[in-house]
Amino acid sequence: MSTLTTVVVGAGHAGLAMSHHLAARSIDHVVLERDEVASSWRSRRWESLRLLTPNWMTRLPGWSYQGDDPDGYQSAAEVADLITGYAAASGAPVVTGATVTSVRPGGPGFEVESSRGRWHARSVVLAAGTTRTVVPATARRLPDVVESVDTGGYRHPAQLPEGGVLVVGASASGLQIAAELQASGRPVTMAVGEHVRVPRRYRGRDILWWLDALGILDERWDEVDDLVRARNLPSLQLVGGARTLDLNALQACGVRLVGRLARIRDGVAQFSGALPNVCELADLKLGRLLDTIDAHVGGRGERSEPTRVRRDTLAIDLRRGEIRSVVWATGVRPDFSWLDVPVLDHRGRLVHDGGVTRWPGLYVLGLPMLRRRRSSYIDGARTDADDLATHLSGTVLAGRSALDEEAS
Amino acid sequence: MTTTSPTTSPVQNGVNVEALLGARAAFADSPEIARFQWRSSLTWLNGTHSRSEIHSFYGFDEEQAHHTSFGLETDHPLQFAATDNAPTPVEYVLVGLGGCLTAGVAAVAQQRQIQLHSVKATLSADMDLHGILGADPDVRNGFSGVSVSYEIDADATPEEIRAVVAQSQKRSAVFDIVANPTDVTVTVV
Repeated sequence: MSTLTTVVVGAGHAGLAMSHHLAARSIDHVVLERDEVASSWRSRRWESLRLLTPNWMTRLPGWSYQGDDPDGYQSAAEVADLITGYAAASGAPVVTGATVTSVRPGGPGFEVESSRGRWHARSVVLAAGTTRTVVPATARRLPDVVESVDTGGYRHPAQLPEGGVLVVGASASGLQIAAELQASGRPVTMAVGEHVRVPRRYRGRDILWWLDALGILDERWDEVDDLVRARNLPSLQLVGGARTLDLNALQACGVRLVGRLARIRDGVAQFSGALPNVCELADLKLGRLLDTIDAHVGGRGERSEPTRVRRDTLAIDLRRGEIRSVVWATGVRPDFSWLDVPVLDHRGRLVHDGGVTRWPGLYVLGLPMLRRRRSSYIDGARTDADDLATHLSGTVLAGRSALDEEAS
Repeated sequence: MTTTSPTTSPVQNGVNVEALLGARAAFADSPEIARFQWRSSLTWLNGTHSRSEIHSFYGFDEEQAHHTSFGLETDHPLQFAATDNAPTPVEYVLVGLGGCLTAGVAAVAQQRQIQLHSVKATLSADMDLHGILGADPDVRNGFSGVSVSYEIDADATPEEIRAVVAQSQKRSAVFDIVANPTDVTVTVV
């Protein structure tokens, strides 16, 4: 068993950002990666996916975009290459093919078990990403005649049968997938729950430029009114590209909207009657955001039309052939099934305060709204990892001196 | 996070938001206290006329009760060849929806420091009797649609008032009950 100060679990952008900040503090560490660096960007993304954030906003510690298209949006393959190149250039101590099977308290610190050996570490940083796609419990009631795939398994329209598709979920993934399925000739019905509507551009700037410039992305976890809400906010309805992809745009392409999928019963998908209200909530929230931008610069920009909502069906019989497949775009969560440290709440969610868990030396990185709104994006790892590395080095050094005193 | 207390808050809609937020905070430590059960018991009187009693409920990890028993009667109108001693059950659904949404309006407005001056709602529900009479299997028994229209006078912009009403729908139990399917089990003992 090797002993060192820190084990980082996951060699994606977050784990590598942490490695950078640990190295800067001369903290010995290793980064354990179950596959290859940035593997989920190669294997768990659909082909047309591009980052929601413009190139200039894709920043890592010691690295920023220097290419000739700062306002463009990288493809998943380009992101994978970027992160792989970053890992190589930074000389991060990555061990690939090391699937972590257990992290548990042991000695002063933790024992980390992996498919490539055991480590003992004074501290552990969980940076394994949001790798687990979640589908509602009712998914198991889907009739056998209907194929289904989640966002982790979806690649391109041709993998689904011809015919109608029910896309469940209306955040960035659901909208993008619905748009390309509809364009492929498969009539799409989209089940829409709560969502966050934004235009791609407003008053000549990318919406993320405004969120960045107005300091909204820097709002801290310990300052927002409702942290539970902020951490569970669906992703912005965006697609990496010039166009605005909202529910009106989808409907103009022929996509049919229904309410949130409430359940499947006896082969019938039942939808919520609250669709008008979730659209009203999103329109009002959008209005407030654009008002904030206007208040900042003066004047008033061009506003989007309110979301068009038609009274549509509340139920679709999935055995009748109208729907041939279902795409679950119902979110992703981190997977802590290998974590044997009592830091999970009654529903298995990791309890942490800005990435610092209540178990000394255990940290988490790379979750939405971890320490600021920016944490939801690649760009957030720079400052989050810096903050946590500062906390970690303080804790570890304090622990060391306490041990030294014990020894003397 | 901004906090306000009733003594310093100039806005008074008669809702103790602090108590509600306190309950939410308490749920984080002991989620089981959030499990509530609502109850009513009914005695048939005659024809379509029944009387329901409401007294006890369960919550905060123990038996609870209203300060008194409430009696509510249901019947059907003369136009149904009934005795019209009381509102129809479907009208109680509107009563519940309106009461729930408006309690939410008051609470959300209080939380957002919006003083309400008057709140009026009119509710309507469309129903096709082919359903309950079994005359057309394609028509459902229940409402084909429900409309709620609010008239609100408050110290707020029209957008802020719309946002209060939208948030109230988002957090309303009866809105959810009406808008979404619920498992119902009926047994005979």
